[in-house]
Amino acid sequence: MDGTTTAATGEFQLPREHYLNAKYGIRSWLLTTDHKRIALLYLASVTFFFFVGGIFATLIRIHLLTPNGLLVTPETYNKLFTMHGVAMIFFFLIPSIPAVLGNFLIPIMIGAKDLAFPKINLLSWYIYLVGGCFVLYSFGTGGLDTGWTFYTPLSSIYSNSAVTPAVIGIFINGFSSILTGLNFLVTVHTMRAPGMTWFRLPLFVWAHYATSLIMVLGTPVIAITLLLAGLERMFHFGFFNPAYGGDPILFQHLFWFYSHPAVYIMILPAMGVISEIIPTFVRKPIFGYSFIAASSIGIAVIGFIVWAHHMFVTGEATYAAIAFSFLSYIVAVPSAVKVFNWTATLYKGSISYDTPMLYALGFIGLFTIGGLTGLFLACLGLDIHLHDTYFVIAHFHYIMVGGAVMGYVGGLHFWWPKITGRLYPEYLARAAAIILFIGFNLTFFPQFILGGLGSPRRYSNYPPEFQVLNVMSTAGASILALGYLLPMVYLTWSMRYGKIAGPNPWPTTGLEWKTNSPPLTENFHETPVVDWEPYDFVHRPDLGLKGAKPPGKLAPAHGDD
Amino acid sequence: MHRTGELFGQFKTLEQQKETATLGMWIFLVTEILFFGGLFLTYTINRHEFPSAFGVAGNMLDLNLGFANTIVLIASSFTMAMSVWSAETSRKKAIVVWLIATLVLGSVFLGIKVVEYKQKFDHHLVPGRNFDITYCSNSRNPCGLNAKDFENEQKEVREAIEAEGDYAKEQGFSYPGTMGMTAVNAHAQLYFSLYFGMTGLHALHMIVGAGLLLYLILEARKGRFDANYNTPVENIGLYWHFVDIVWIFLFPLLYLINRHLI
Repeated sequence: MDGTTTAATGEFQLPREHYLNAKYGIRSWLLTTDHKRIALLYLASVTFFFFVGGIFATLIRIHLLTPNGLLVTPETYNKLFTMHGVAMIFFFLIPSIPAVLGNFLIPIMIGAKDLAFPKINLLSWYIYLVGGCFVLYSFGTGGLDTGWTFYTPLSSIYSNSAVTPAVIGIFINGFSSILTGLNFLVTVHTMRAPGMTWFRLPLFVWAHYATSLIMVLGTPVIAITLLLAGLERMFHFGFFNPAYGGDPILFQHLFWFYSHPAVYIMILPAMGVISEIIPTFVRKPIFGYSFIAASSIGIAVIGFIVWAHHMFVTGEATYAAIAFSFLSYIVAVPSAVKVFNWTATLYKGSISYDTPMLYALGFIGLFTIGGLTGLFLACLGLDIHLHDTYFVIAHFHYIMVGGAVMGYVGGLHFWWPKITGRLYPEYLARAAAIILFIGFNLTFFPQFILGGLGSPRRYSNYPPEFQVLNVMSTAGASILALGYLLPMVYLTWSMRYGKIAGPNPWPTTGLEWKTNSPPLTENFHETPVVDWEPYDFVHRPDLGLKGAKPPGKLAPAHGDD
Repeated sequence: MHRTGELFGQFKTLEQQKETATLGMWIFLVTEILFFGGLFLTYTINRHEFPSAFGVAGNMLDLNLGFANTIVLIASSFTMAMSVWSAETSRKKAIVVWLIATLVLGSVFLGIKVVEYKQKFDHHLVPGRNFDITYCSNSRNPCGLNAKDFENEQKEVREAIEAEGDYAKEQGFSYPGTMGMTAVNAHAQLYFSLYFGMTGLHALHMIVGAGLLLYLILEARKGRFDANYNTPVENIGLYWHFVDIVWIFLFPLLYLINRHLI
């Protein structure tokens, strides 16, 4: 590690050469095949879509301040929640952690110079952009009012909004997701450094492996489904049109066959982030390494056979509904395994409340609430009452925002020193994490109550007795917005003015922390050889922790303590 | 463009590079199976739902052209396999010959497909306003069928209308005769939606494959491929075989079920 410390002062300096100063100019970014630069391209573009989706969310919340709606017509309201969903799900949540943090970290974590297919990696970013342009075109030319689910026959026959460009955009964007997943799978299989065995892989990589399986197996199905719906809209083919004997319910089956596992595309990478943050700030090996790794795969597999729980009240055979209800309970088991293991890791650890840890702890709490309320909805009888109410909205925002977004923002803070080489202002960042947590709960907890009281989702007005809870929710949303804007500001500020971080500021055990911050274009000076077990803080004198023992006798990788 | 057997920066050895590319191709083919899977599922459900209309509609495909295409495509799989073998055994001239043969056979397939599509268009079998399943069996015999085929077709259409009419009567609809006619026409239209969707998507894959073959031919002419370096030939070969196998499923599903061969 050259040029990282000055012996005299103990202060760190940026390395002389790194991926950010290797080349300059717009071409060096737009034509790069460096996974780290592509990750930053993704960071910029998913942030853009996050704000597009965020603007729609803001308008929705302002509109719902009064029972009859404050801002827009009911038709426009339909478009607002549809465009909020499309922007957030397809263009922010699905690519966020994999394409930004996964792209940046997976090759470094496994000791590779790059992903297996660097050009395909760049291609998938361009595909994402082209898909995004189609969707923005749809937003700009009349918007979209079908709900993000594009149910037929509304989307294929009746809707007068700009459905076709949106469907084309999401279809194209799917290939970006497929190629990213394919790249990760192949990379993990063939690009690992010597000594990096499967059970020495960081849990972040295991989580992304499981995510990639879903991307590769699920996304083609949504692609063909949207293609069929698009053909029906454009050329009046009859796949889902009852007038020709086609079946709209079939669309829902095909749609959810992807879109339920897609929920795990969003949450699994966040779970991977949490599994990295927790041991770092507890200074202790993660409890039950192999169980957490296996539960990621378990979620990916079981996640494929629960889709019809979205259709309990749309009409399906009772026995099928019972089977899907049962399987939906089963998929909670591997998620619970993770939560128990994280909690067990905290036990008797020396916990420090740095910013990433605040996000991780927030994640555990919010994900637990989100997951448990998911079981309410998996229950056949209860679902008849709760279906299509604000309870569902609250449930999936606890998973998606409280889980996936918390994981993403926490992960950004955790690896920010690695990405930029600089630290952010710690106390401001802790304050932002707490503001985010409070704002989130104030926004979405009232929606559980609204849903339990029977307030239906997707309506532009509501009975006056629900106003207090709606106003609370909108107030929370404004705090939440502050919680997102703060990191935007201080992270951007820190890119130039932040304190130099050094290679391993926390310190922690992963391979990515053994290289410079920011890393070289080739990631490492020479291919690293891994001879330590994951999350072992004891036999790692190089971390400079008290009570370190010499390497040699290897601590058990998993299951100790 | 890379030269023969050049090692890309992210790999340590040529073996690793080849293994990686091949694994990537196999995973890509898995995504393709899932992609076509949605269509096959839609087809299977509707075939089960509307056997009589799908039966009569399937009989309106041209079996001779479909069969010819199957032979052409299997032959192209053979020539593709030969070009992979030629590459692995460093027969640099033979690679080009076999690849050109594959490209020619692929183009013949697409040509025959164009003839078939044109025929369906002439016979009013393209989904839309002018779709008419009874067009070829009306008394003027506009499709110029020979006497026996014409009689068969009239009989089949009549039977399908009766079958759907019986179903309408069972369900207690009024005017079962008219209902039967409407139902057959609607469900046959669904069949042809699937026919054009499935064969169209397959043809699109063939066109992509033809482009890839063209690239391989240009590279092979420069002598790029030999026993040490043939990954592109092998992987594009895998893709080509996959597209062939899709057709091997499409042909019986679309052309052969309910076919009266006598």
